[in-house]
Amino acid sequence: MLEEIVFKIGGEQGQGLDSTADTFATVVNRLGYWVYYYKTFQSRIKGGHTDFTIRLARKRVLAAVPRVHVLAAMDQESIDLLSKELVNNGLLLADAHFKPTAPANVDLIAFDMTAIARELGNPIYRGMVAIGASAALLGIPLQGFKDYVAQRFSRRGRDIVEANWTALQRGWDEAKKLAGSRTFEMAPPPEDDGNRILIAGNEAMVLGALAAGCRAVFAYPITPASEVLETAAKLFPRYGGVAVQMEDELSALAAAVGAQFAGVRAMTATAGPGISLMQENLGWAGMCEIPVVVIDTQRGGPSTGMPTKHEQSDLFALCLGGHGEAPRIVIAPGTVEQAYADAALAFNLADNYHCPVLIASDLGLAHWKTSVPPFQLSDITIDRGPLVSTEELLHMGRNVFQRYARTETGVSPRSLPGQPNGQYLASGSEHGPTGKVTEDPANRRYMMDRRLRRLRGPLELNGQPVPGVRYSGDENPEVLLISYGSPIGAVWEGADILRGEGIRTGVAQVRVIQPMPVQELQPLIDRAGHTFVVENNALGQFAFLMRAHGIHGRIGSVLKYDGTLFQADEVASRVKQALLTEGVAAD
Amino acid sequence: MTTQPALTIADYKTDEPSWWCPGCGDFGVLAALQKALLELAIPPEMVTIVAGIGCSGKIGNYINSYNIHTTHGRTMPVALGVKLANRALTVIAAGGDGDGYAIGMGHFVHALRRNPDITYVVMDNQIYGLTKGQASPTSMEGFETRSTPQGSIEHPVRPLQLAIATGATFVAQGFSSKQKQLVEILKAAVQHRGFALVNTISPCVTFNKVNTYDYFKAHLTDLDTMPGYDPTDRELAIRTLIEHDELVTGIVYRKPDSVPFEDRLPGFRAEPLAAQSLEVDPVDFERMVMSFR
Repeated sequence: MLEEIVFKIGGEQGQGLDSTADTFATVVNRLGYWVYYYKTFQSRIKGGHTDFTIRLARKRVLAAVPRVHVLAAMDQESIDLLSKELVNNGLLLADAHFKPTAPANVDLIAFDMTAIARELGNPIYRGMVAIGASAALLGIPLQGFKDYVAQRFSRRGRDIVEANWTALQRGWDEAKKLAGSRTFEMAPPPEDDGNRILIAGNEAMVLGALAAGCRAVFAYPITPASEVLETAAKLFPRYGGVAVQMEDELSALAAAVGAQFAGVRAMTATAGPGISLMQENLGWAGMCEIPVVVIDTQRGGPSTGMPTKHEQSDLFALCLGGHGEAPRIVIAPGTVEQAYADAALAFNLADNYHCPVLIASDLGLAHWKTSVPPFQLSDITIDRGPLVSTEELLHMGRNVFQRYARTETGVSPRSLPGQPNGQYLASGSEHGPTGKVTEDPANRRYMMDRRLRRLRGPLELNGQPVPGVRYSGDENPEVLLISYGSPIGAVWEGADILRGEGIRTGVAQVRVIQPMPVQELQPLIDRAGHTFVVENNALGQFAFLMRAHGIHGRIGSVLKYDGTLFQADEVASRVKQALLTEGVAAD
Repeated sequence: MTTQPALTIADYKTDEPSWWCPGCGDFGVLAALQKALLELAIPPEMVTIVAGIGCSGKIGNYINSYNIHTTHGRTMPVALGVKLANRALTVIAAGGDGDGYAIGMGHFVHALRRNPDITYVVMDNQIYGLTKGQASPTSMEGFETRSTPQGSIEHPVRPLQLAIATGATFVAQGFSSKQKQLVEILKAAVQHRGFALVNTISPCVTFNKVNTYDYFKAHLTDLDTMPGYDPTDRELAIRTLIEHDELVTGIVYRKPDSVPFEDRLPGFRAEPLAAQSLEVDPVDFERMVMSFR
């Protein structure tokens, strides 16, 4: 029996494979397995190769692995591209309809799935046939799939449900007949309540934002961020909120800032090209000290780059983009539950620091679904930050309130349109304490210091520090791995592999990219033998930023920028290789 | 809302000295806007002016409303955000012909499509004033400026026709010198339930020596005094604009049954979003979360 198993299905885009894979992943999650589910697709609608990988296990898994136990190929290209990923006794399941040819050493289980589907009256049943066959080869009982089908298609009538059951059973029977004793046997699900959802980062962030009182999303469709707008469009109107598709990313951010100026928590979501367009207004929001939240689902850059491929190459743009010097906070969730929590955290930070808060998401986090216990509304707190009350303003009288008054932190209370005596000018031009435009040198120094001072130290909310780094693993490790975003799953697992080989390893997950958590990172680096910053970009952007802030020590980089995510085994082997070459990883 | 003594024009003014050149048309627009707001008795704190970059964009500095001075060309989306956040506010976007019809042109068209309840005052002087005299999208062909020393070779945009063709529900043009009419136009624009474009001829006395007050006094036709002009007739509006090459003042077109964007947004409530509770029903939230199982 296997503690975990990997199922992969490949074919042509536009042939219903999305739905087939989604069904499979949904069922095994409901059965109680921990699922890590990802896909490869191209920036086109029909045609082109696509594949879906479902790694299911008895404990939580958050990374891809370089092995597949059962590969279901719906076309020849999938066999040619993917059969090398099969383990030694792996099984290649194929639809005999396209007359598959497999490499010599690969165990091919082929029968005509298309013919069975047509027999049942609709080519669409081919997916269910493939699922039934795959379940047989994986050693996962069919009942869970039948229960799902009954629930999902119940409204379409008994006939449809039974036709799907038949498809499942036929697939199962054919596969069992051909594979005999060569099928795998996946162990039963773990003995916990198994009550988990299967969700990706984009959707998790919308739930977190909604719970945090966000009621406006303005966005422009872009891969891989579009789901944020789409999910908000479905959910926000139930709470009187809005999700507006704007004409471009530039106006999306502008509208979010306008809404925030008027007192509503608003956000936008985009990818690299949109971040480039937003730079001017990010500086503007920072200059006006208006809170706003921006999600960046990083993908292959630069320019159009690789829209459906993963990367983490926007850090410079997120932290340092835009002309001039304006404050911005950048945070980095790595798991879907962190995505949920960080969406809410972002609004609290924005409201307390009065500057843009950018969430450094990435394609892997945005799109790939993982099993997680259901998110809790009670985990979210709402902190609106310093706001002047109407009573105070009435007491003050006209022309007294200073929007940019001198305070110790550099952040001062906001007034909102509608409040009498709170009127002020929010301007991208340099201004004095009331907002009036001035270029007086002494005032300029005051305002620059005021805006930048707020981010000089570690972040705090309500007197409590906001953790910049989350550490796990051995004390005084030989190897310290620093990472952020979705690769953290592979890094955690890679660290387990290294420990298994006797190398004491610690992992520092960076949660706040800017302001750089120097005081949390330096001691960890000092206590470690060698440090490696693991990230998906070519320039080692986070390592660069660390050094720019004076962080020092035996620090090397482990980089990957071919558009694919790190795998656990790969992290371990790259680190070991780098240790041999004294801390420098060449790619 | 607290009870206040009756509003006076002083309530709409700030003490900031103006940066405009003496004789600038924008003074007339400022005065008319303040007068219109006073006559409509809109409390100054309920007004938000979203101003663009350029001489005209300074107008917000001189009005005692909430003011947000945007990046160049972006008043339209910012104004939309403000309006959706608090629909009880009177939102007035203001800027020049460069801000609105050059860099801002894309957003202009989409604002017209959406029809939010916003008034857009464009101070049109057919030149770029603050950058000292370059051509603008409304400059006449052949107009000699610092950036077009041999004369502009581009055909000027026709904003009023463009607006009507795109589906605008209120299109008017004023002249900074014709105060009375401009005040009435602005009042009608603010009261209009939808997007109201008020293109205002506002001569630049420093850099535009062709399109001067005298030029306009000689060339403008007043639609308000044109017998039989019906501003609800869309085709008549276009024909009239073409016939006069947009040298008209008055309300050019008005759609009586305009439904603003806010009233078409699914689930959008009458109560301002900024005043609504941030709470989410726990049972409903759990259902939303579990839908991902």
